[in-house]
Amino acid sequence: MLLSVDHVTRYFYDQPVRAVVQSHRLRPSQFDGQKLIRWDVTVSDGQKGGGFRDGAGDWVQGWTVQGPVAEILVQVSGQVETTDLAGVLRGHKESVPPHCYLRGTHPTTADAALAALGEGLTPDSDALATAHAISARISDAIAYRPGATEAHTTAAEALALGEGVCQDHAHALIAVARSLGLPARYVSGYLLAGDDGSPHEASHAWAEVHVRGLGWVGFDPANRCCPDERYIRIGSGLDAQNAALIRGIARGRGEESLEVSVTVQARQISSQTQQ
Amino acid sequence: MTDYFNEMYQGGKVREPYARLQGWMQSMPAELRHMKQAEAEALFRRIGITFAVYGEGGDPDRLIPFDMFPRVFSGAEWARLERGIKQRARALNAFLVDVYGRGEIVRAGRIPARLVYLNDAYEKAVVGFVPSKGVYSHIVGIDLVRTGPEDFFVLEDNCRTPSGVSYMLENREIMMRMFPDLFRENRIEPVDSYPEILRRTLASVAPQKCDREPTVVILTPGHYNSAYYEHSFLADMMGVELVEGQDLFVEGEFVFMRTTEGPRRVDVIYRRIDDDFIDPLCFRPDSMLGVPGLMDVYRSGGVSICSAPGAGVADDKAVYTYVPEMIRFYLGEEPILKNVPTWQCGKADDLKYVLAHLADLVVKEVHGSGGYGMLVGPKATAEQVEAFRARIIADPDNYIAQPTLALSTTPTFVEEGVAPRHVDLRPYCLVGERVELVPGGLTRVALTEGSLVVNSSQGGGVKDTWVLAE
Amino acid sequence: MLSRTADNLFWLARYVERAETSARLLQVGARIALMPSAAGYRNEWESLLHASGTASGFAKKYGEAVQRNLESWFFFDRDNSSSVASCLTAARENGRIVRTALTTQVWDALNGAFEELRQLERRPRSELDLSLLTDWTMRQAALVRGSIDTTLLRNDGWDFLNLGYYLERADNTARLMDVKYYVLLPKVEFVGSGLDNYQWTTLLRAMSAHRAFHWAYGGEVTAAKIGHFLILNPQCPRSLITCVEGMNFHLDRLSRNYHRKTLAQDKARSVLAELAEMHVDDIFEEGLHEFLSRFIVDMASVSQVVRNCYLNGDVR
Repeated sequence: MLLSVDHVTRYFYDQPVRAVVQSHRLRPSQFDGQKLIRWDVTVSDGQKGGGFRDGAGDWVQGWTVQGPVAEILVQVSGQVETTDLAGVLRGHKESVPPHCYLRGTHPTTADAALAALGEGLTPDSDALATAHAISARISDAIAYRPGATEAHTTAAEALALGEGVCQDHAHALIAVARSLGLPARYVSGYLLAGDDGSPHEASHAWAEVHVRGLGWVGFDPANRCCPDERYIRIGSGLDAQNAALIRGIARGRGEESLEVSVTVQARQISSQTQQ
Repeated sequence: MTDYFNEMYQGGKVREPYARLQGWMQSMPAELRHMKQAEAEALFRRIGITFAVYGEGGDPDRLIPFDMFPRVFSGAEWARLERGIKQRARALNAFLVDVYGRGEIVRAGRIPARLVYLNDAYEKAVVGFVPSKGVYSHIVGIDLVRTGPEDFFVLEDNCRTPSGVSYMLENREIMMRMFPDLFRENRIEPVDSYPEILRRTLASVAPQKCDREPTVVILTPGHYNSAYYEHSFLADMMGVELVEGQDLFVEGEFVFMRTTEGPRRVDVIYRRIDDDFIDPLCFRPDSMLGVPGLMDVYRSGGVSICSAPGAGVADDKAVYTYVPEMIRFYLGEEPILKNVPTWQCGKADDLKYVLAHLADLVVKEVHGSGGYGMLVGPKATAEQVEAFRARIIADPDNYIAQPTLALSTTPTFVEEGVAPRHVDLRPYCLVGERVELVPGGLTRVALTEGSLVVNSSQGGGVKDTWVLAE
Repeated sequence: MLSRTADNLFWLARYVERAETSARLLQVGARIALMPSAAGYRNEWESLLHASGTASGFAKKYGEAVQRNLESWFFFDRDNSSSVASCLTAARENGRIVRTALTTQVWDALNGAFEELRQLERRPRSELDLSLLTDWTMRQAALVRGSIDTTLLRNDGWDFLNLGYYLERADNTARLMDVKYYVLLPKVEFVGSGLDNYQWTTLLRAMSAHRAFHWAYGGEVTAAKIGHFLILNPQCPRSLITCVEGMNFHLDRLSRNYHRKTLAQDKARSVLAELAEMHVDDIFEEGLHEFLSRFIVDMASVSQVVRNCYLNGDVR
């Protein structure tokens, strides 16, 4: 499927700041399920800094903006050709040992209720089935409801609430998987919004679980499926904060506010773009 | 009663390295000694060498007690130590490059994966990165204790930013000033080349994108830090700027410092702040000490950070147990310096042993430092032992235990005259293009009679450490 | 050099100078208080508190202006950021931060002052008379100043130290004069009256300029002579023009060494140009108080420009 993405983030400062430094993880992952056709990232008045591929396989790009500046525009625009690999992250080059993803973080700490969601599962005999089961249980336990939770809500809090968004689903899945000894991580990316009325957000997040012999496999409890050709994978981390697409700090007293808009659309594959 | 090795006297005779100190000691009546001691203290205070004790408050301008009685090694003793220390520094660096690369030592089953990869000090953010010249730990401080003429044990390794080297240098300066005759009579190897070697070492690991004479700086958490004196001393001796996080900023692909003439590029940062605080974009977002964006510049080859972020995984007290294994694995050599036998409370069998022998053991927190969070079994009261037992049971992974070592003693000036006190040794090994070690180190002495805790934060003092020329 | 280092040096000097000013204020106040006066000495102390900019802090803590409290306030009190103790501590802390930019002698002078201060603070107050405290302060300040002049490398750090000294001194002289401006009003009934002369000579004395004044002018003390001496006479070490010339000298050195001119040079030069052309009559025409107020604002803006052009780290 050929997907086009337009992702615009606008930062406002109530008084001009002296400088801004950002670290982006804004390029689609390189693996068998994604082929980059075109991809541009621009930062208004920005100077491109150092860029590198990190141990998790994500492209990290530094940017700086010299102030005084009161508004910054980060624009991402591109096209990716995707293939459905049933969630399996095949052909992805990375060197962080899966063991690292057993480490707990604050939002992904499993309390008794989360641990209970893993009861009766046998990761040692069938890790893949276990991961599917966890995902299904999370889908049942946490209903999709935008606005019910916020950025700092933990997995345990979302489960107690019984409601949440994709971030909460992913955190909960990760917490349960890790409590069963399965390495799990948070994935940030984009999703083609469907016309079937199902709960979708163009800016999306899901989880990956490491299955011995198969590697990393994606699960999206928010949509009760594994990532397919509608998904564009960007980057991963231990939790949402660790996998953030844009991190930034401004030097100055200005208070920051921001506006984000993301559009993902399907395109016709023309003969030119397939070359 | 334990029989301690006295480094000066053996069987009623003076050991060779200390031969010329016997007369010196006897020629010093109490009044002269007191006068000299006061003179030394005034010198230290004048220079401004003071330190603040962690977590204690109190006088921020406290002096570390300085004992004038030197600690002496023969050239032959040192030669062996030097080989052992350099061997260890090389193996620790090989380990770091490996565990952030292919992890061969883990794959080979020589060290458990969880000990490395689930370690808090293991930085996921630097996986896959090889620092300039393949060096992670540029200053390796190795804490050694001695129990007999030939018996040295490594107590712990310090791969991040070991402190105390300014005392090594200042102790020598003050001794030379006060007792020039001693230096004429004994042939003592100099240590004053340390700052120059350190500067050369740091310059030798300039980043990939640096195509000129590298600009080196020392990054300090600030003037409230207890080791600020040392930071400023080293900057002065090396002739480099001492910067705080607020003095540095990232622009484009490089790091710059803010000067009165505008931005000036920085190539090598000898940081004296912890990983957690160096870049709020990458690590703790609430850190005010660091430089936003530093890690992106670092990983894209625009700046070198010494020690490299992530180096801490090699000096963890649980990983320590495996250092001899590292030496065999990476260097194909037998370790020259021994480890202290260590029980890991995280292992069921070890825990059982530790709990059964708590009163005879020294128990430490895996991530503790400075002598805090530590139980010295034989010196502790029954209540202290029981309280510690509860802490170990609550979180066994967090503790290791070692036998109480019979630390050697050296003569030390005390109120009544001269008496033996327990000592340890921290030499500072420099790793860059070359591996270098100045002949000397910091000798810490437990000034309280019978005490085995030498940490300055717990009433320890320091001594000048001599290595005699062969 | 690092902007922050330059900033620390700049403030080191300002604090030493400010400590000296607090001691001088204390001296002036105590001397005036010795004089029989219908208005009582309280008014005099009030005006000195105003000159130091700490009147409200004092009122809050002590209420009435009693000599002993005033001594505490101007010398020992850490709640008064301009007290001798606060200033010397801040100067020494700035010095400790940039220890490597100082010589051993300068550090010794700063650290020595700090160590002695701590001893003074431990002594019973009954043992410390006022002249001991003020003399001690001036001696410490002189030691620091002297060690800077005789041992420090004449690099940009030296320029920033001196900029601090001159800016602070100019500001202080202007404020000290402003306290007494009304005495200099050219009204016949004031000129030459005993009270006024006493107040003015005390002020001159506090600036260690009493004898110098007589050497320079001789004869009767007049408002015009004092105004000229403290504002326009480049021979007077604390006159406004001496301070502004000093700033220009060091700013010019900076622009030569850095091969670039900034707004700081322009600003300092324009202040100097005005003073150089000025006649003492012009000042009284404008009104002494108005002139001094304007000058104090000028100094604040020079200080701000120096900060923006060299010290705040945003220099491009």
